[in-house]
Amino acid sequence: MTNIPETGRTPRVQIRLIVIQVLVLSLLGTLGGRLWYLQIREGDAYAKEASGNHVQQVVQPAVRGSILDARGVPLADNETRLVVSASRTDLLKMKDDGEAVLTKLAGVLGMTPKEVQEKVRLCDAKTPQPCWNGSPYQPIPITDEATPKQALQIRERAEDFPGITAEPQALRRYPSPGESNTAQVLGYLSPVTDTELQQAQDTDSPYLRSDQVGRSGLERQYDKVLRGKAGVTRYEVDNLGRVIGQAKADAAQPGSNLVTSIDARVQRVAEYELNEAMKQARKEWDRNTNEPYKADSGAVVVMEAKTGRVVAMASNPTYDPNAWVGGISAKDYKTLTGKSSNYPLLNRAIQGQSAPGSIFKVIPTAAAVNAGYSFDGPYQCSSSYSIGGQVFKNFESKGYGPISLGRALEVSCDTVFYRLSHEEWKRDGGTKPKKNAGDWFYKTAHQFGLGAETGIDLPNEVTGRVPDRQWKQDYWKANKDAWCKYGDKDGSYAEKIAYENCLEGNRLRAGDSVNYSIGQGDTLVTPIQMATIYAAISNGGTLYDPTVGKAVVSADGKTVEEIKPRSHGKLPISRQTLAAMDDALAGVATRGTAAWRFAQVGWPQDKIPMHAKTGTAEVYGKQTTSWFATYTKDYSIVMTISQGGTGSGASGPAVRNIYDALYGVSDDGTINKKNALLPTPAKSLPKVRTDGTITSPKVSKDPAKDQRASQESEAGPDEPQLAGTVAPPTNENRDTRRRRRGSRRRGSRRMLT
Amino acid sequence: MTGANSFQVSGYGPERAGWTRLFARDSLARRLDWPILLSAIALSLIGSVLVFSATRNRTELNQGDQYYFLIRHILNTGIGFALMIGTVWLGHRALRTAVPILYGVSVFLILLVLTPLGSTINGAHSWIKLPGGFSLQPSEFVKVTIILGMAMLLATRVDAGDKQYPDHRTVVQALGLAAVPMLIVLLMPDLGSVMVMVVIVLGVLLASGSSNRWVFGLIGAGTMGAVAVWQLGVLDDYQIARFAAFANPELDPAGVGYNTNQARIAIGSGGLTGSGLFHGSQTTGQFVPEQQTDFVFTVAGEELGFVGGGLIILFLGVILWRACRIARETTELYGTIVAAGIVAWFAFQSFENIGMTLGIMPVTGLPLPFVSYGGSSMFAVWVAVGLLQSIRVQRPMSA
Repeated sequence: MTNIPETGRTPRVQIRLIVIQVLVLSLLGTLGGRLWYLQIREGDAYAKEASGNHVQQVVQPAVRGSILDARGVPLADNETRLVVSASRTDLLKMKDDGEAVLTKLAGVLGMTPKEVQEKVRLCDAKTPQPCWNGSPYQPIPITDEATPKQALQIRERAEDFPGITAEPQALRRYPSPGESNTAQVLGYLSPVTDTELQQAQDTDSPYLRSDQVGRSGLERQYDKVLRGKAGVTRYEVDNLGRVIGQAKADAAQPGSNLVTSIDARVQRVAEYELNEAMKQARKEWDRNTNEPYKADSGAVVVMEAKTGRVVAMASNPTYDPNAWVGGISAKDYKTLTGKSSNYPLLNRAIQGQSAPGSIFKVIPTAAAVNAGYSFDGPYQCSSSYSIGGQVFKNFESKGYGPISLGRALEVSCDTVFYRLSHEEWKRDGGTKPKKNAGDWFYKTAHQFGLGAETGIDLPNEVTGRVPDRQWKQDYWKANKDAWCKYGDKDGSYAEKIAYENCLEGNRLRAGDSVNYSIGQGDTLVTPIQMATIYAAISNGGTLYDPTVGKAVVSADGKTVEEIKPRSHGKLPISRQTLAAMDDALAGVATRGTAAWRFAQVGWPQDKIPMHAKTGTAEVYGKQTTSWFATYTKDYSIVMTISQGGTGSGASGPAVRNIYDALYGVSDDGTINKKNALLPTPAKSLPKVRTDGTITSPKVSKDPAKDQRASQESEAGPDEPQLAGTVAPPTNENRDTRRRRRGSRRRGSRRMLT
Repeated sequence: MTGANSFQVSGYGPERAGWTRLFARDSLARRLDWPILLSAIALSLIGSVLVFSATRNRTELNQGDQYYFLIRHILNTGIGFALMIGTVWLGHRALRTAVPILYGVSVFLILLVLTPLGSTINGAHSWIKLPGGFSLQPSEFVKVTIILGMAMLLATRVDAGDKQYPDHRTVVQALGLAAVPMLIVLLMPDLGSVMVMVVIVLGVLLASGSSNRWVFGLIGAGTMGAVAVWQLGVLDDYQIARFAAFANPELDPAGVGYNTNQARIAIGSGGLTGSGLFHGSQTTGQFVPEQQTDFVFTVAGEELGFVGGGLIILFLGVILWRACRIARETTELYGTIVAAGIVAWFAFQSFENIGMTLGIMPVTGLPLPFVSYGGSSMFAVWVAVGLLQSIRVQRPMSA
């Protein structure tokens, strides 16, 4: 109803009123539009922000899965400890940087305030130990040995202890069943780093700030399955952080358990025997260097021949994996990684590489046959072989006359292989290779899997080296500058070598091929490679990827994922050659260089055919490396001791003892099944109970000592010494029954390879 | 000046009684502007629910009684409603005669605020503490008296037929009348209320038909003044930061920026239909300060969503739309000016209040008419509704 007012309402006012009306409506329209923009268009983003605003996450770490041996005995599990930790972020918010709180805390924990202060300060160049070298945002553990009473005191007076928590935490534990240590195989955990945290942020398995991450060994290899998934409870909180409701709770999913093929008892025996062998070696006199052997490191691998599964893997020197639990101290870290530490963290079974010496000879044997030489020969085993005035001697300059390749393996005749390798080298064109050079000796080594990783399920395996023409070329390119600078025609031995290398280090020389043929020179192998090769010879030629993990069992036990053996190739040998080689290697154990460790000292060769090859590798500037490679139809065992002496001398007794333990063999050759730890490889997985736990037999206090004791107590075979049951620790003092085997044979020690 | 009983101009016979009389053609009930009344009631009720939602968990405010604010809001609404009836009863023309008294009282009250009797809430020294936990915010009433006073001055000679438009002298007098309480309020300092009063003055001048020179001159002067203040560095950096924080919360992250940010999160997270009454996490978690008063719209935004927020804007729109019509249709310039002043007041205050929660206006302490908790504001806006109804009721019925 428009009206022209009688009171003289003017159009000016009317127009202005309409302007006001339009203005008002447009203001309201603006509000509506803005409201639509915030709520409908951008609504999701704000909803997200709102939920971040009022939701606090409480993270419940998942229990890390256990690592079990083949029978279910835990090698790594968890224990609950009361951990009191302090949050630096909270402490720094206080006026005195939390000093008062820490002092009060020290009183409760029975520590001095200074001790507590030092625990929570951050490490830097100027701060001496103790200090915290983890992330400053992570709660810093002050003690992991709080008593329940102390924890209660802290929790009940939470307002007196802002930033301090006292909570039970599952801590990794390496229980070392039966004294087995298994350190390098198991690996260790350490706190997650900032970069890892960021990298894993958007993956399906993100890390928590408090997470521990597997750093080496199985802990690292199987980190993802062991770790599980942390539980997150989201609480709605108000602006002061008070909980006003629970939004969402994801229960923690505990990590899966890893069943390995390791047998804790065999592992213990292997570790013990390796250590004993090294200790013994240090008592032996090295006639070449006129000092005792250093035996600075060693490794042994016990492998199932038919599957590649690792039953035991020991590396020496070793360490206590529990040192890492709850944060490693700087002192411990230094002793584990410092220059004088001799690097116990290294798993020398897969990361130690050295020249293999004569255990390499199975490769030139196969290579010679593949190159067209007859296995039977005969080949002249002279006491030395000379090339252009340079004389390559047989070990201890002994000759055997014309023999077959098999016999050459048996007696480890170097000259036979020198000659064959040199002939092949010449046939391939010598230093100026033909276009279609066969390079059989090198090709075969590659086919045996050398110079490449075996693919074992442990991280950071090294490849070793096959010093073929390509490698020579590459190596020379990388080093020639240094060589040429250092080299001197008339200088010291090393300078002369450098000079020579500078001139023609890129060529495969006759001497190189000769050295290579007996596993010397630049050849490098790892114990796991050799164990894989000897297992392949045992099983008819299949090169299995060695595995430690056998099955992944979910925490509830409902899913069991078996890790099947996989192969990475076949040995390039015909069935006949393999059989002949097998015979020859048996001959090593019965008549050859290893006979004094087996056939001659009561090994039941008829019942358990033993095959062996010894190796003594020379390393420039160091004492000889002891290698011993053996196999039966079930197992292959390879042991090496750096600067340890001869193959059979240093490693022989230890390997024999491991076999004795596996099969229950006594010195006189009788087999006592009751003493046998593992006469045949474990076929089945340990039993998983319905609640997800895994049955495990008890492991005696120290299987290695039991084994030695059983050797002594043969007179009383009735003594209950059942493998896998609790063996009564009849004799705790090992000095009374040790070293029998070692001393018994000391007089007849021969130097053979 | 008409008498106090000008209300009977409508002329219904005394023989009609009861409901018949109430709803008879030309009856008071028939002539009331129901859309405005119903919208105002609806807004007040929505307001009481929102105030309840915002305060039921704020134990530090509600003294342990979760209905404390709800009851008071409803009580305020009731008092406001009664004030409206009283206003209609008296009629705006009657109030015209009382303007000098009302003006004097309100100016006295705001002067009182400047004395030790006044108290400071949220940085604005604009309250008078009364016994019993009540407090009075006289600047709310000043808004009404400025409208009535200016309308009286500007309309008298025009309504008398002497002049077509108010002359310059009258305009100066009217501006002077508005300036006195505005300066006092500026001293409090209650910048938000001053802004509303400036807009009211503009609206009143526009509706009075005063010369364009006055209108544009005033707008120009205001703009120049603002620019001068900005440029000359009269304000401290923090004051500028606080002012600008609505657009960029990072300028004042702990103060205004925090408010702005949390308010925006609360509203934004509401989506189309909101999280449901009493289920807003921002509201329940008390992340938005002053949520029952200046930031009450965030409760609607979060818990009732776009639908609820839009409804509030819609109700305000209905009131403003009808008020504009009343301004246009009333026969006297006095009524027009009063209605237009109320439109300017409600429109700007609503826009400023909702706009600041939406992050498009700077944050000032202004209540949302009808919805925000606060007695003084509630009384003032209901009196304004009464004035609108009175203007509407007393205009001659058109065919």
